[in-house]
Order: sequence, then structure tokens, then C-alpha cells
Amino acid sequence: MSSKSRAIVFPLITAMVLLLAWVMAIRLFDVPDYLIPTPQSVLQALKTGYVDGQYWPHFLFTLQCTVLGYVIGCGLALVLGSLLAESKTFEQFVYPYIIALQSTPKVAIAPLILVWFGFGMASKVVMVALISFFPMFINTIVGIRQTSPAMLDLMRVFSASRLHIFFHVKLPAAAGHIFAGLQISVVLSLIGAVVAEFVSSTKGLGFLIQAASINVDLATMFACLLSLVVIGLAGTQLMRVLHQRLVFWDRRDNLTVQGE
Amino acid sequence: MAIALQARDNEHATDASPAPVSTPMVEARDLGVTYRASRGPVAAIERLSMTLGQGEFVSVVGPSGCGKSTLIKVFSGLLAPSCGSVTFRGSAIDGPRPDVGMVFQQATLLPWKTVLANVLVPARALKLDRRKAEHDAEELLRLVGLSNFAKHYPSELSGGMQQRVGIARGLIHDPALLLMDEPFSALDTMTRDHMSLELQRIWMAKRKSALFITHSIPEAVFLSDRVLVMSARPGRIIRELRIELPRPRDLSTLVDPRFTAICSELRQLFEQLVHV
Repeated sequence: MSSKSRAIVFPLITAMVLLLAWVMAIRLFDVPDYLIPTPQSVLQALKTGYVDGQYWPHFLFTLQCTVLGYVIGCGLALVLGSLLAESKTFEQFVYPYIIALQSTPKVAIAPLILVWFGFGMASKVVMVALISFFPMFINTIVGIRQTSPAMLDLMRVFSASRLHIFFHVKLPAAAGHIFAGLQISVVLSLIGAVVAEFVSSTKGLGFLIQAASINVDLATMFACLLSLVVIGLAGTQLMRVLHQRLVFWDRRDNLTVQGE
Repeated sequence: MAIALQARDNEHATDASPAPVSTPMVEARDLGVTYRASRGPVAAIERLSMTLGQGEFVSVVGPSGCGKSTLIKVFSGLLAPSCGSVTFRGSAIDGPRPDVGMVFQQATLLPWKTVLANVLVPARALKLDRRKAEHDAEELLRLVGLSNFAKHYPSELSGGMQQRVGIARGLIHDPALLLMDEPFSALDTMTRDHMSLELQRIWMAKRKSALFITHSIPEAVFLSDRVLVMSARPGRIIRELRIELPRPRDLSTLVDPRFTAICSELRQLFEQLVHV
């Protein structure tokens, strides 16, 4: 079997075995539906959710909050990280506070953000932005700072301006780290969205999970969890592909990731 | 067949220059560079004087850690001297200059740019006319034998090829002076010999003033009009040899008795340097 088909078939076999174990366990030990739902009931929940369409507004709400917050958080992190890496003065002014904020568990701030930004979309977007900011921020700084001194000397010998050096050398040199930051921020931003929805929301997959837990509707909870997994996987996969395409010179697969 | 070989002895060479060329293009006088280190200041270079004439190829050899790279950093304007003076065509070097090119120890190519774009890096930094620069870059790639690799990325090139791109890049803005800091030190011996031939060919085509730093005696002798020997730290020029072997020199030069005589003389000098 070719390594490509092995990469597809083998994980599928694992999935089959797990599914079988799931079904068998429920049958054998007679587990009630309010503890572990059957795969059939989860499928049923997914069908009523996505075919009949009840989940779509929730799915899209969570997706929207996540993407918007992610873009804002990562964008700000890129700009502020670049400024901080470039300016010692700026660093001295803000760095201690940024570290303090990084050490604060962002989840603990969620209720505060809800109070400040309301119970609608804004609070979720802020929460996502805040939580996806840090890994991206730290990675941008580390990436820019590790630009090889030889490359910088080279540019200085040829009288390149600071801006020219930044865009032509430092930013591309940091690209590998920046994409590593983008990749972990995907997962963190989903956490941010769900937590904000847990705290208070009338929409979203996080809200659905909470509502279902009150009704002990585990099939719905499982279906929502699966939906979150799909968003997370799609996001990280997208970032991985973009990383390979855009940073083609970076052959290191697993960059040490700084941050959370 | 009698070509005079002159080896000038200059034991206390505070001024190593016999002024062979009318006015030197580059001149260092009583140059001193002191680094601040944790255990107090360290003198990398002390009272160093040397000249480089128009169109002349000069090598500086010396034991490792003698301040050769520091010297080239001063000439490139990356490092300010602590005392003494360095001048370029009579005016003090107080920062990087657009008429100086440099080739580094490692090729230091930007991996996200093609070979052609890498050669164009100085041209873009200096905001030179784009079309002319592109034309020149193609010309230079032909000169270094890499016209077919213009669209390749550095990772697809061997070490020797990368360093040839580095040489082309050092020449793209048509500098009057080319500084080379041990450009072949990262290459294997076979490639080095070949690169020396290449460099001589390129230099003869361009006739730039060139300052070449190396720790390889044969390389220095093969390439240069003059070889300057630096002492161990703090570095000074303690000896100057004029190499009057005819050009173009080729692989047969390497076994020429005059060539080997100079090399062994230099090697003996090195021995003394290390044991003192």
C-alpha cells in the first residue's frame, strides 16, 4: 500500500474500531442515553441540526465571532509585536504590562468583558481577540529578533533603510514563527468564543452545549462538539497549507512555539 | 622566464605601504579598535596601517582571532574605529558607503528570494534604476557562470554556487572597492581551488580594488598583488609581500617553485606567530 493511501486508510480503521467500541460498550454495559449517547442519536442530532437547519445560525455565529476576533487579535499582535521588536523605547514602556496581561488567565476576564461589551457579538469578538493575541504577539517578537545578524549586516553594508530592512528581511525571516503563532491561535480563539458563549449568550455552539446540558441532551452536546472540532481542524489545516505555500523556504516542520 | 619575485621585509611595519600606486584608494593609519568586554576593554586591532591602491588585489592573512574580520568591518563602515583613521579616496569612512561592495563569510543569501532577486538586493536597497540593475544582474550572473540559475532559490544551489551569487551581489552596484571576508572558508578544498580561479577571472574582468581576508596562505598568494600578514591579537600588519607572479594564474601556478617558496616563507612566519 502506498504511504499516501496508508495515511488515509489507517486512521479510518482507528475510527471504525472506536465507533464499534462505542456501540458495543453501550450495548454490553447498558449505558443510559443521558450518560453516553449512541452514535445513531448523535447522527440524528446532526441531521436535525444541519439538514433541517436548526444549528446553522449557531454554527455561523460561533464561526463569525471566531474569525473576526482571530483576525483582529492576530492583526493587532502582528503590528504591536513588530513595533515592540523594533523599538527598545516602546518595549520599555509596555512590556511589563503585556507580560502581566499574558499571565492573567483570559478565561477569568470573560465575565468582565461581557459586562463591558454586552451580551451580543461584540463581547465574543473581544474575548477571541484577547485570547488569540498573545501567542501571535510573542511569536512575532521572537521571529523578528532571531533574524540572522549576518543578514542585517548585509543590508546595512548596502545602506538599506530601516523600513526596507524590516519588510525585505525581518518580516520574511520571522514568517515561520508568525505562522506557528497563527496556527495555535486558531485553537485558542475557538476556546475564547465558546467560553464567552458559556458566560452569557443567546446564540452559538457554546450556548447550544450549555442549553443541552441543562436538558441532559447529550446527543446535541456531542453534535456541537463535533462541529467545533470541524471548525478547529479546518482552521489549523488552512494555516498549515498557507504556511507551506507562503513560507516555502522554511523547511522546519515543528517550530518551537512560544507563548501559551 | 625570469620574473622577479620581491618579498619586502617590513618587520616594524607601522606604515606597511611602499606607496606603489599614485594615491591609495583606501588608507588606514594608526588604526585601533577596542571592544568592551566583561573583563574590561579588549584591543582587537592596534596601530594598524595599510593602503590599498586603485585596481589592486590585496589579501590580509593572519592567525584566527587576530582581528581580520574587525578590520573589514571598519572598512565597510559597519564599525567605527576607536582611534586612528580610515579614509576612502581621501575622505573618512564614517558609515556604509554605496561605492563599497561586500562578500561575506557565509553566502548569506535571502532564502525567500530567487538568485536574480538576491543579486538585486543592494540595487533595491540603494534605489538604483531597476531596469539597468536587472540587466547588470543578468550580466553578472553570466560572469559567475550562473545564468541558468537566475530563477532558482538559494536552497537549490551548492555552497560554491551560493558564494558565486554572493560575489555577483557584491558587484551589482558597480562598487569601486570590493571587500571579501573569508568568502571561501565554508567551502571544501576542491571547490575552494576552483573558486579562486573564478574569482581571479571575475576580478580581471572588472578590475576593482579588492581587499580579501583569508586564513589560507595559498589562496592569498594565488589571488593577490600584495599579501599583508597580521599579528595575533591585537592585530597589526607585521609583514608585506609583493606577489609578482604573472596573471592569469592557473592551477600550474600552485606547483610553481616561486609560488611554493612564498607560501612556505609565510607558513614559517605563521609558525613564529603562533609560538610567540
